[in-house]
Amino acid sequence: MSDWKWTKIAAPLLVGIVFLVLWHVLVVVNDIPPYIVPGPLLVLHTLVQDWQTLVASLLVTLQVTASALLLAVILGTLLSVLFVQSRLLESALLPYAVVLQVTPLVAIAPLIIIWVNEPFEALVICATVASIFPVIANTTVGLRSVDTGLIDLFRLYKASRTQILWRLRIPSAAPFFFAGLRVATALALIGAVVAEFVAGTGGTRSGLAYQILQAGLQLKIPRLFAALFLITATGIVLFLIVSAFTRLALRHWHESELPHEP
Amino acid sequence: MSFSDLPAVAIDVRGACKTYPNGTRALEPVDLLLREGEFVTIIGPSGCGKSTLLRLIAGLAAPTQGDIVLSQSFSAPALAYVFQAPTLMPWATLQVNVRLPLDLAGVAREQADEKTRRALNQVRLQDFASSFPRELSGGMQMRASIARALVTGAQLLLMDEPFGALDEITRNRLDSEFAELSSRERLTVLFVTHSIYEAVFLSSRVLVMSSRPGTICGEISIDLPRPRPEAFRGTAEFAAYSAKLSEMLAGAMQEDAT
Repeated sequence: MSDWKWTKIAAPLLVGIVFLVLWHVLVVVNDIPPYIVPGPLLVLHTLVQDWQTLVASLLVTLQVTASALLLAVILGTLLSVLFVQSRLLESALLPYAVVLQVTPLVAIAPLIIIWVNEPFEALVICATVASIFPVIANTTVGLRSVDTGLIDLFRLYKASRTQILWRLRIPSAAPFFFAGLRVATALALIGAVVAEFVAGTGGTRSGLAYQILQAGLQLKIPRLFAALFLITATGIVLFLIVSAFTRLALRHWHESELPHEP
Repeated sequence: MSFSDLPAVAIDVRGACKTYPNGTRALEPVDLLLREGEFVTIIGPSGCGKSTLLRLIAGLAAPTQGDIVLSQSFSAPALAYVFQAPTLMPWATLQVNVRLPLDLAGVAREQADEKTRRALNQVRLQDFASSFPRELSGGMQMRASIARALVTGAQLLLMDEPFGALDEITRNRLDSEFAELSSRERLTVLFVTHSIYEAVFLSSRVLVMSSRPGTICGEISIDLPRPRPEAFRGTAEFAAYSAKLSEMLAGAMQEDAT
């Protein structure tokens, strides 16, 4: 049991170390110039050296991501609740949610950036568009996935619609909602970065994508790698935070979060 | 109106039948009379409409034709339904699960907690109030489900194969406990089961249902005092009633085949 736990941590760590060593050796042996592929040590060095600029940019990207995620969760959940209350509303609106989902963000981001004057708001809208669909889709399925026996029970005791929503549908939907949230979190970050790319160098607030663009133009490839590393690390940290929330909310009852023997 | 010694009528079903919109005939016209304090069991093959009949009486479905009259004293909070599955909310503790009917009715928390404690006591689950359903065995979950039915002070219980999914040993024990409980609380019970032995052990009267047409085709009274001791299962009387019931069921299946 505890052996397995260690293996679960050690195995991916080992793969990571092997990858870094291989990367380093390949760069050194082949004498690859840093403007093509910088070695891992140089990337680390740049990360430390440019820390202040990069972290300032990271904060901007994080702000966009967090705002978008919050918006996606609030709007998405509200829409799901509406959908579950009325089949008519669902059939009228769901197709447009799908349209929003299947239209590539890079194609509509320029329009949003033109239409919305404030760059920060434009970026948030783009990232929200990118991340709202999994929230809507999962929460709607969740709100509908209620044990029919429990529905009968609530009806037997003359529960109101609101009581059924709060005491039955919302708790039933929680596992689905959190699964959607996990996907939405990743999409919000991706949406924020993509929107920053499209917005380009314009605007006073500059996120990590801006740093990547700038670094690319100036052939500061190590810096580009450092920014890329920060984006990835941010994604992982956000994922872990959402997973922790999920565990906290579901640990008492849902199969997905119960401890089990391997 | 004549005076009689018979207890008041609790449920009066007159010619109730149910046809689903897709044309499935779930229940042929059924007549059923249940008096206060009776423990009536409906037994029959699966798909004969036993559950449908219970759902009609509970008001969870409307009959296509016919009437169902519940005595005034048995409407809403006095009527409870125990499902085939424990039907507990997995995210809530037993305390919250059992208190649910009171919460839905807007009973003040303190009073509701007191009633919940009493209901959990009745099924000997007082030590598990803060447990989650998944932490309990199937039998304990079913007892919690019964506690939830009793928490409103219900006098009429509709039970749809409540112990059907349990192993025989657990089922026998729960049958004994429930027989005891229902006599002590003077509950009126309409109980659906697959098991001949369960029907004989528990009931004051057994109705036999046949499928296709799903209707009541026979009835026997078991005129022995309730609750019956565990030893009753080993008596010749028990065997005789079981044999008779088994014969009636075979007859019901026969009609089915022709």
